Amino acid sequence: MSELTTMQAIAKLVPEGSRVLDLGCGDGALLSHLIRERGCTGYGVELDDANVLACTRRGVNVLQLNLEDGLAIFGDNSFDVVLQIDTLQHLRNAEVMLQETARIGRAGIVAFPNFAHWNNRLSVLRGRMPVTRRLPYQWYDTPNIRVGTYKDFEVLATKNRLRILDSFGLQDGKVVRTLPNLLATTAVFHFEHA
Amino acid sequence: MSFIATPQSMHFDEALPLQGGGSIAHYDLAYETYGQLNADRSNAILVCHALNASHHVAGSYEGQPRSEGWWDNMIGPGKPVDTNKFFVIGINNLGSCFGSTGPMHTNLATGKPYGADFPVVTVEDWVDAQARLLDRLGITQLAAVLGGSLGGMQALSWSLRHPDRMRHAVVVASAPNLNAENIAFNEVARRAIVTDPDFHGGHFYEHGVVPARGLRIARMIGHITYLSDDVMNQKFGRQLREGISLKYSTQEVEFQIESYLRYQGEKFSSYFDANTYLLITRALDYFDPARAHGGDLTQALAVSRAKYLLVSFTTDWRFAPARSREIVKSLLENNRDVSYAEIDAPHGHDAFLLDDPRYMNVMRSYFEGIAKELNTAKEAA
Repeated sequence: MSELTTMQAIAKLVPEGSRVLDLGCGDGALLSHLIRERGCTGYGVELDDANVLACTRRGVNVLQLNLEDGLAIFGDNSFDVVLQIDTLQHLRNAEVMLQETARIGRAGIVAFPNFAHWNNRLSVLRGRMPVTRRLPYQWYDTPNIRVGTYKDFEVLATKNRLRILDSFGLQDGKVVRTLPNLLATTAVFHFEHA
Repeated sequence: MSFIATPQSMHFDEALPLQGGGSIAHYDLAYETYGQLNADRSNAILVCHALNASHHVAGSYEGQPRSEGWWDNMIGPGKPVDTNKFFVIGINNLGSCFGSTGPMHTNLATGKPYGADFPVVTVEDWVDAQARLLDRLGITQLAAVLGGSLGGMQALSWSLRHPDRMRHAVVVASAPNLNAENIAFNEVARRAIVTDPDFHGGHFYEHGVVPARGLRIARMIGHITYLSDDVMNQKFGRQLREGISLKYSTQEVEFQIESYLRYQGEKFSSYFDANTYLLITRALDYFDPARAHGGDLTQALAVSRAKYLLVSFTTDWRFAPARSREIVKSLLENNRDVSYAEIDAPHGHDAFLLDDPRYMNVMRSYFEGIAKELNTAKEAA
């Protein structure tokens, strides 16, 4: 998900000059892009030592915290935008984290692999869990412990009273607005709390 | 063998007002510097020391091959804090026993050693004294202040007392204040010292004795708290000192850990000053920048202008990660630039002096970032 086009598609949702929190910021590429290209400020949160180091090398603010321990360190509405790019599916407490994202940020942007993409559906129809470029893991070693679809997220967002500002699919770096639950390997949601 | 370090000393005759009231009229500060101060004097880094360390941060003394400074693994040519790029300054704090004016020195007012009459000095007093030394060196703004443990408290305090005189604060294995358990450990150590019959109310110099028993016990307690349970078990476990049969003695050394602690206590009591131990543990106890703001650390940090790096170690229970996170939280609330690394190291509080590669790499990359800023500033100028 670090391809430039994908990054740009997500970056477009972030208003210029925003104060940003990137939960699960990886090597800090997106945050660095937002700082450079869109005049944003902010912090990344990472658990992995190598990623923390990569962020330090890039010169972006990074906080080594375990998202599973909660986000009490961040105040209500303390960020313009909270990002969770390819993070939610790794978390045991995915719903709590979604609520926390909405609490901390005036807006939230979540992206995750859409398991209802037609190719994944075909694979399951054939009786096997999908192994693809987007989901390159076997069922027994995947870090994706929360397996959800574009549609599933709409339901969860409604349940948690999130107002969806925009949502679309991403496929090969292109925005997919037609049948995204079928045609996109990545789901993107831009929301705020009601 | 590291590079050669040369200790220096600077004398001050302007009285230093102290937080606890009163002042020190005349004093010396021992210090060392490594590397070259650049033309615009922008590459200076101050390294603050903890309880039992000194201005001898890095390098070795001429003709003394085993005299490496206490942070020689971190600081030097090509090290994470690279003295090929930075001008690094270590200053021995007032009240210490390694060269700067302390309780063992003559009080000019009485003609006798200060002893227990040496004024109580605080982290803030140290910071102000350090700032005066930097004035004399012609350094108006530091690239960074760096310290671990009590040294980290000084780095934090620097960013509050002299926010415009520094660009980065690097605070390692530290805390915004000591919790009750921590003060309790300090108090046990202090009681061990002051109840030693050789302490003589702090005026033992005149009696030609040293409260070595008290110091030994103080050091043994301290040492236990600097290690983690895991490391102690790994290093010593239940190993016996001699042979395999038990002595069934209440007095003799039976277990390897006892022997180790006694050795550490013995070594410490041979070079450390008892009054210094009392003073420095008190400075630890008193440090609490939030106190003047009704306990609100966020308010206390509002004056800060620096960028921060905080580092903690998961098995450090004396200066636990949760304490570093308190500082991070308050910096976030003030919208300050801050990075925080929580290193999963097994070595307890001592980890900040050891060579964990994850720790060293983060430090190196952060200081490379600071060095890059110097170059950018130069190009812009």
